[in-house]
Amino acid sequence: MSDTPEFKPLRTLAPSTAPGELVMPKTADELLYEEVERGLLFTKVESMVGWAMNQARANAIWPLSFGLACCAIEMMAIAGPRFDVSRFGAEVFRGSPRQADLMIVAGRVSIKMAPVVRQLYEQMPDPKWVIAMGACSSCGGVFNNFAILQGVDKIVPVDVYVPGCPPRPEALLHGIMKLQEKILASKPEIGPIPRKRVLKQKGVA
Amino acid sequence: MPLTPERVEQKLRERFPDAAIERQTGDAVRDYTLYVPGESLVEMCTFLRDDAELDFGMLPWMGGCDHMPAVPRFETVYNLLSLSNSLRFTLKVRIAEEQPRVPSVVAVWPTANWHERETYDFYGIEFTGHPELTRILLPDDWVGWPLRKDSPLGYEEVAFTHNTPNRRLPSPSLKKLAPKKVKYRAQ
Amino acid sequence: MRNETMTINMGPQHPSTHGVLRVALELDGETIVACKPIVGYLHTGMEKQAEYKTYTQSIPQTDRMDYISPMSNNLAFCLAAEKLLGIEPPARVQAIRVLLCELTRISSHAVWMGTHAIDIGALTVFWYTFREREKVLSIYDHVAGARMTSSYFRVGGLSRDIPEGFLERCEKFVDEMPAHIDEYESLLTRNPIWLARTQGVALISGKDAVAWGVTGPTLRGSGVNYDLRKNEPYSGYETYQFDVPVQSAGDAYARYQVRVQEMRESVKIAKQAIQRIRELGEFGPYRVRDFKYVLPPKEDVKTSMEALIHHFKIVAHGFFPPVGEAYSKVEAPKGELGFYLVSDGSSRPWRMKVRSPSFINLQALPVMVQGRMIADVIAAIGSIDIVLGEVDR
Ligand code: SF4
Repeated sequence: MSDTPEFKPLRTLAPSTAPGELVMPKTADELLYEEVERGLLFTKVESMVGWAMNQARANAIWPLSFGLACCAIEMMAIAGPRFDVSRFGAEVFRGSPRQADLMIVAGRVSIKMAPVVRQLYEQMPDPKWVIAMGACSSCGGVFNNFAILQGVDKIVPVDVYVPGCPPRPEALLHGIMKLQEKILASKPEIGPIPRKRVLKQKGVA
Repeated sequence: MPLTPERVEQKLRERFPDAAIERQTGDAVRDYTLYVPGESLVEMCTFLRDDAELDFGMLPWMGGCDHMPAVPRFETVYNLLSLSNSLRFTLKVRIAEEQPRVPSVVAVWPTANWHERETYDFYGIEFTGHPELTRILLPDDWVGWPLRKDSPLGYEEVAFTHNTPNRRLPSPSLKKLAPKKVKYRAQ
Repeated sequence: MRNETMTINMGPQHPSTHGVLRVALELDGETIVACKPIVGYLHTGMEKQAEYKTYTQSIPQTDRMDYISPMSNNLAFCLAAEKLLGIEPPARVQAIRVLLCELTRISSHAVWMGTHAIDIGALTVFWYTFREREKVLSIYDHVAGARMTSSYFRVGGLSRDIPEGFLERCEKFVDEMPAHIDEYESLLTRNPIWLARTQGVALISGKDAVAWGVTGPTLRGSGVNYDLRKNEPYSGYETYQFDVPVQSAGDAYARYQVRVQEMRESVKIAKQAIQRIRELGEFGPYRVRDFKYVLPPKEDVKTSMEALIHHFKIVAHGFFPPVGEAYSKVEAPKGELGFYLVSDGSSRPWRMKVRSPSFINLQALPVMVQGRMIADVIAAIGSIDIVLGEVDR
């Protein structure tokens, strides 16, 4: 029947063996091998370090405590008692950009403020991420006029856009979780970035 | 007897018999408003502030307005408040388009400082005698007077596919660039 | 020995400037020689944009000025437009407006108290005050459908009627609020660190406050008894029983006391407003019946041709006020908030000017901190309760 939804439990049990099929008991050697395989992780050292670094970065994001407009109040609310962002490891709001690795652009960016935002972004140490929170910082929102930058992505690279005016705190939490997914899936840079590449990024070589 | 706006106008006319004072009329002018000449503005404001009966000690706000096709083009609006009488009174000064200029009332009410800077910032009206007439809300290097009626809003077209030639719908190949879906909590 | 001063820059990104305020300070050691607030980092061009929108379309902009007390801003704009049109909403609508504005005052003062205490170094209060603020926000959510940017009032009434269970919810909140205010007071009022950081700090005399145009709790903390709800009443405030708290010290602590007392008074007013709404009928007409300016009720639109035409005209073009101008003001949590509207007879305002309390109160900051210590600047900025969205508009 097509209209009864298929029941999908979160974890399915292993299919039971067909009746009548003969199951050989495992030998002591085979049991030993299985035990060893279960306890060990065979991988390259590099990818394991990368995995560990991604885990560390994703689960301890330090946002910059930097609010621009209305959305900043909702950003403060996620640190408050009801929404409690520390459940996702992002509660250490830093006052200085040099100690932070996530910039939540919470609010409208005016033309006068744009250079400041850019400078703050450049002061943050690598690796760094940006969340554009709200309609204004994503695309200008309701203020399509001479004074407001139409989207903060014109001055800094944005990783996650959170829509809403203002987004509910739950939406911002979802944005942070999306960012965690993105961090976990990324290829981490280990050690200092090779100088050649830095020059290339700057367009020198 | 509580102070009435008519009484304020009467006192003002008695004190300045030669000045061209004119009451603003119109069906929906809801506040008592007088047009006063710019030259005697500071004297009038000082009188209104210092007179014991009137006692307009506070200037809640002042601002500008652009009535573009009309001549004279600009006007500045002063809203006065007498705390002891709970009475408001509005003064207006008409300003011509070339070299818009009006005396500053910072000496009478210090709070006029930022208001006048704001009006200068928006309309380019010059306040003579202002201690520091610079832009306040817009960046210092801004060119133009944004609230004048001949200045555009600065609308930026939203980039849809129908009005942006090079914009394409996200193609399926872009999916490759999207981050892989991973579980972020190990079980 | 040469005598040199040092200039330092505070902001626009600073955790305790409540947004993007920048202050240039000239220091002699730790003493402030000159202080110059630099504003405009959040200039949004709202006054210009209002000239391109119909009156109703401007209401959502007003939420985004003082985003901590959206209902007061809606009210100020709607009152100005109503004054221009010469209409007055029914008593029941006014009671609902008063109720929501007083809840707004409580929530705004709660946010102020939490953030001001953080600036001064007492983090705990924040968790307590944000708890109550969340309750007010869920009340907004219930009545208007949005937590912060409510846009609930309309010119001539409300956007829709209050939902079921709303009054009970408000009643529960105002019943438990006094106990919570006691809780905040037990954290701060006799706390020696709090007293040391706020008493005698950021002084401004009543005379200076008037000359600098300061309004709201900052004015009343300097001994000037002027509250628009009493002195120039609007929305039927003259019929409510409440006191206006006044303190004469003129320092940050006096402003704190005024605001705490105001929260208690707001609870009183809100209780009376709930009572009044019950008396006037919990549900009922929520707009003026003047179809030239205000949307007709939905039932009429479905049954009467004329109402349908009016509905169509107002939704498509907006309403057309007479040529003229009006200034209307309310006692917002931060001071006198006013809107000056000039109409040229079209459906869009010719000019909208906002008299925002934060902008004018902030101007008095140099008076408060002149010759004092640098640490007092933080306490002074916190104590005048500014919101940068409103300063820069
Ligand atoms: S998106 Fe909305 S709430 Fe956020 S800053 Fe812009 S106007 Fe304010």
